[in-house]
Amino acid sequence: MNPEPTAVDTVIDAVSAVFMVVGALMSLAAAVGLLRFPDLLSRMHAATKPQVLGLFLLLASIGLQMRTWWVWPVLLVAWIFQLLTVPVSAHMVGRAGYRTKHLHRELLSSDELEAVVQKAAAKASREDASDGGRPD
Amino acid sequence: MSRRRISLRQELPLLVWLVIVWAALWQDFSPGNLLFGAILAVAVARMFYLPPVDLSGRFNILHAVPFALSFMGKVVAASFQVMYLAAVRGPTVTNAVVAVPLRSHEDLMVTATGHVISLIPGSLVVEVDRSTSTLYLHGLNLSTPEDVEKLRREVRDIEAGLIRIMGTRQELDAIRQEAAA
Repeated sequence: MNPEPTAVDTVIDAVSAVFMVVGALMSLAAAVGLLRFPDLLSRMHAATKPQVLGLFLLLASIGLQMRTWWVWPVLLVAWIFQLLTVPVSAHMVGRAGYRTKHLHRELLSSDELEAVVQKAAAKASREDASDGGRPD
Repeated sequence: MSRRRISLRQELPLLVWLVIVWAALWQDFSPGNLLFGAILAVAVARMFYLPPVDLSGRFNILHAVPFALSFMGKVVAASFQVMYLAAVRGPTVTNAVVAVPLRSHEDLMVTATGHVISLIPGSLVVEVDRSTSTLYLHGLNLSTPEDVEKLRREVRDIEAGLIRIMGTRQELDAIRQEAAA
C-alpha cells in the first residue's frame, strides 16, 4: 500500500462505498418490508429477495477493497450458494404458509391455485370415504 | 447398484463444479491442489450417489451472457420496486396467486425457471405441479388481470431464454416455431 492514493484507488473506493451503502439499504428495505407487509407471503418477498442484490453489492465491495483476485472465487461461490438456497427456502415457507392459510385472502386480486387445491381435497376425501385406501 | 450408471461425460459438469468450489475455498488454484480436489470430487461423487440430472447436452454461451445481464437488471429494478412498495404501500398492497403453465416438462428446466423467477423480487413459487409442469406463483402488487397476464408473459419469456441456453433440441424448435408464428 503506497501512502499516496492514486486516481484508481479513489475510483475503487468510491464505487465500493456506493455498493456498501446501497447493499445496506437493501437490508433496511427487508426490515421495513417485514414490518409493513400484511401477511406471510408478502413478507417473504421482502425478507428474501432484496438480499440477492444486497449480498451481491456487499460481496462486490469486499472484492474491490481486498485487491487480490484470489478472493473473487470465494465471494462468487458464496453468492451462488445463496442464489441456490434462497428460492428453495422461500418456496418451502411460502408453500407451508399457503397450506396452513397464513395469508389474507381479501388482499389477493386473484387466486388460481385455490380451485386446484379444493378439487384435490374433494377428490381425496371422496376416495377416503369410498374405500379408505390409496388407489395408487 | 440398482440405479443406472451415469457416464463420466454426464457427470463432468458436477465434478468440475466441485473442484472449483474446493479450490475457491482454499483460495489456491495451483495444479497440485486442483488435482487433489479432482480426486476428492470423484470420491465424493462415487460415495454419495445422487440421482443423475438429465442435461440436454447443449449450452449456448452466446445466449447465456445477455440472459445473465438482463437477469441482474431485473433484480436491481425489482429490488428497488419492492423497497418502494414496502415503504409506501405497506399494508395495502394487493397480491395474486398466478398459475403459469410451462412449455417444458424437463425437471431441470422447471426448476431453473422457478429459481430465476423466485430470485427476481416480487414473485415467489408457492406450488409446483410436476405432472402438468405448472408453476403457481405468488406475485407482489398485482391488482388487475393485466398485471397477472404481464407476470405470466414474463415467466414464459424467462423459460424461453433458459431453453435457448440449455434446452433440448425439440424444445428449441418449439420456441423457434412460436417466435415465427
